[in-house]
Amino acid sequence: MRAGEITLETTVCELEVSIKNADGLHMRPAMQFVDIANQYPCDIVVSNNETRVDGKSIMQMSMLAATYGTKLKIRAKGMDAQKAVQALRELVEEKHFDEPTPEERKKNQY
Amino acid sequence: MEIKKGIAVSPGISIAKSLIIDSEDYRIPRRSIKPSQRMIEIQRVRNAFKTAIDELTEVQAGPENLEQGKIRDIFAVHLRFLRDRSLRKKITDLIHSESVTAEYAVSATLREIAQHFSKVKDTYISERATDIYDIERRLLKKLLGHKREDLEHINHEVVVVARELSPTQTAGFNKNFVKGIATDAGGRTSHTAIVARSLGIPAVVALEDFTESISAGDTIIIDGNRGIAIANPDAETIKQYQAYSQEFTQLEHKLVAIKEKPAVTRDGVKITMLGNIEFPGEAELVLEKGGEGIGLYRTEFLYLNRPNEPTEEEHYQAYAQTIRVFKHRPVIIRTLDLGADKYTQSKRFAPEPNPFLGLRSIRFCLQNLVMFKTQLHAIIRASVLGEIKIMFPLITNLQELMQAKMILRDVMEDLDEESVKYNRNIKIGIMIETPSAALTASTLARGVDFFSIGTNDLTQYTLAVDRGNELVSTLYSSADPAVLRLIRMVIQDAYKAQIDLSVCGEMASEPQYIMLLLGMGVRTISLATPMIPEIKQIVRSVTIEDCNNIARKILAMNSERQISTFLNDATRKILPEAF
Repeated sequence: MRAGEITLETTVCELEVSIKNADGLHMRPAMQFVDIANQYPCDIVVSNNETRVDGKSIMQMSMLAATYGTKLKIRAKGMDAQKAVQALRELVEEKHFDEPTPEERKKNQY
Repeated sequence: MEIKKGIAVSPGISIAKSLIIDSEDYRIPRRSIKPSQRMIEIQRVRNAFKTAIDELTEVQAGPENLEQGKIRDIFAVHLRFLRDRSLRKKITDLIHSESVTAEYAVSATLREIAQHFSKVKDTYISERATDIYDIERRLLKKLLGHKREDLEHINHEVVVVARELSPTQTAGFNKNFVKGIATDAGGRTSHTAIVARSLGIPAVVALEDFTESISAGDTIIIDGNRGIAIANPDAETIKQYQAYSQEFTQLEHKLVAIKEKPAVTRDGVKITMLGNIEFPGEAELVLEKGGEGIGLYRTEFLYLNRPNEPTEEEHYQAYAQTIRVFKHRPVIIRTLDLGADKYTQSKRFAPEPNPFLGLRSIRFCLQNLVMFKTQLHAIIRASVLGEIKIMFPLITNLQELMQAKMILRDVMEDLDEESVKYNRNIKIGIMIETPSAALTASTLARGVDFFSIGTNDLTQYTLAVDRGNELVSTLYSSADPAVLRLIRMVIQDAYKAQIDLSVCGEMASEPQYIMLLLGMGVRTISLATPMIPEIKQIVRSVTIEDCNNIARKILAMNSERQISTFLNDATRKILPEAF
């Protein structure tokens, strides 16, 4: 990003997150992800090592098939990019889609 | 030109352009379209998405059926997929670039996505493929559903070609334009075949992979007499079939002459011939063919082809329309006999594993009392208009009969309270179509005014054969000694209890069984309307004494094949042109 281009529309924000819940990014988490992504006007692109997909498309997000521990790069461009990326990070890494991590699951078993 | 041999299930010959109906239950074959048609197909995809979204939104809004969070989540996910623009674009792009039908584009795209999931090593994620198949099915249902609706408004002659047709679909056909039916699956006694026959549409089933090789608009010949379907016939073949078609019409005319003559055997025994109908509109046809009333009015049609259950008034109007045609002749209305089909199965979250032994027919009614009472209310209300009788299907034990009668009494009390007039002495009967009902006929007879033997289900349940399954359908035969012994038992028990008895199954429409049935003591038959003249001709050509002799011989035989051969020979002697 070159200086001088930083206007409201072209704000770019990028962040790497890793999947913390045991079952990975299956359908329901993918749904939560796109629901949050769609609340923001900016474009959101999510990528793993091989593929880049639209973070607002449940089809594309679920096809990433990100399992536990997978690292995903979230890149937002446009209005509220910063907020969008933060909200998505919170969903993936802190709330981990309201699902247990492998440790939590183990604990519950004993 | 491609000639394919199948099973002839509804007589007649037709030549028309094909109209293909794919099924969401089977893989959708790749079908090409003209480039000029692409926008139409793309619009169909958009409409299908829209209807599917509306439907799911409605399901989501209904709180009480879906307390379970998991199910709600699944539908929420499906909804996100349907709203996903990139998914829709993938589908419409495929139509655009490859000129294929909407059905194929939807199916191919979603299957590709599903396969992507199946390949993921993580089992939790790979199992999500089933969600994608669900979405595919939902969209295909919409696409095909719309197409079926279009079929109702069709305004040119077609031959419908399909992998399989449900009775629902067939029942919706406009016989002025649907001139023939060809299906890959099915058997002689499948419901679709019965409906086609009652509508008088020539039909051939069990054509294996016929649909695969057809494109929309191909010329098709259906030979419903010989069980042949021909795609893209040459000029010579078309000419030949036009000649056959004329011959067949002439034979039909000959049988028309018999209409005015009474159904009496040569030795003067009167046989009552009634018609089986599905729609009120068919009642006229029964009269036209010389029928003396309705022995089986199937009421399923009221429930099919529509999103909601019929209202009491809609039931009433349908019954009133029919009874007005017959005035003081009997009309036997059979209460809802759905089940083991898409109507009841689609109302469930998971299909029943064994629907023919599951929640069908009277069982379904006894568990859906509001629906059942609505129908009974309308039947009873219509009972003042003529000689309406009521018949409960698939009774398997006394308990069920008692329950059904108790509910009927409740409905009568409701009518009393509403001060509505009705016939208090309405005749109540049951179908005998399970071995358990046949074996306990003497007990059941005490609680009813009449029996009607449903030979199709009775055969299916006695021999444990799915009549629609081509792999075992050869085992299905009403000439089996086991079936015949049960039928004889029912007839004897009806005589002992002095209640009316009729036969309303396929057997009564098939020439080779008529002498046997008369010989076993049957005096009332209810049959497929188009068959009435032909069967009447048989009745008029025999004596009861001959029939008794035939029945005696048959009941001493131990093999189905021996019985079939004997019956065919005996029939050929009296009605050579039927064979």
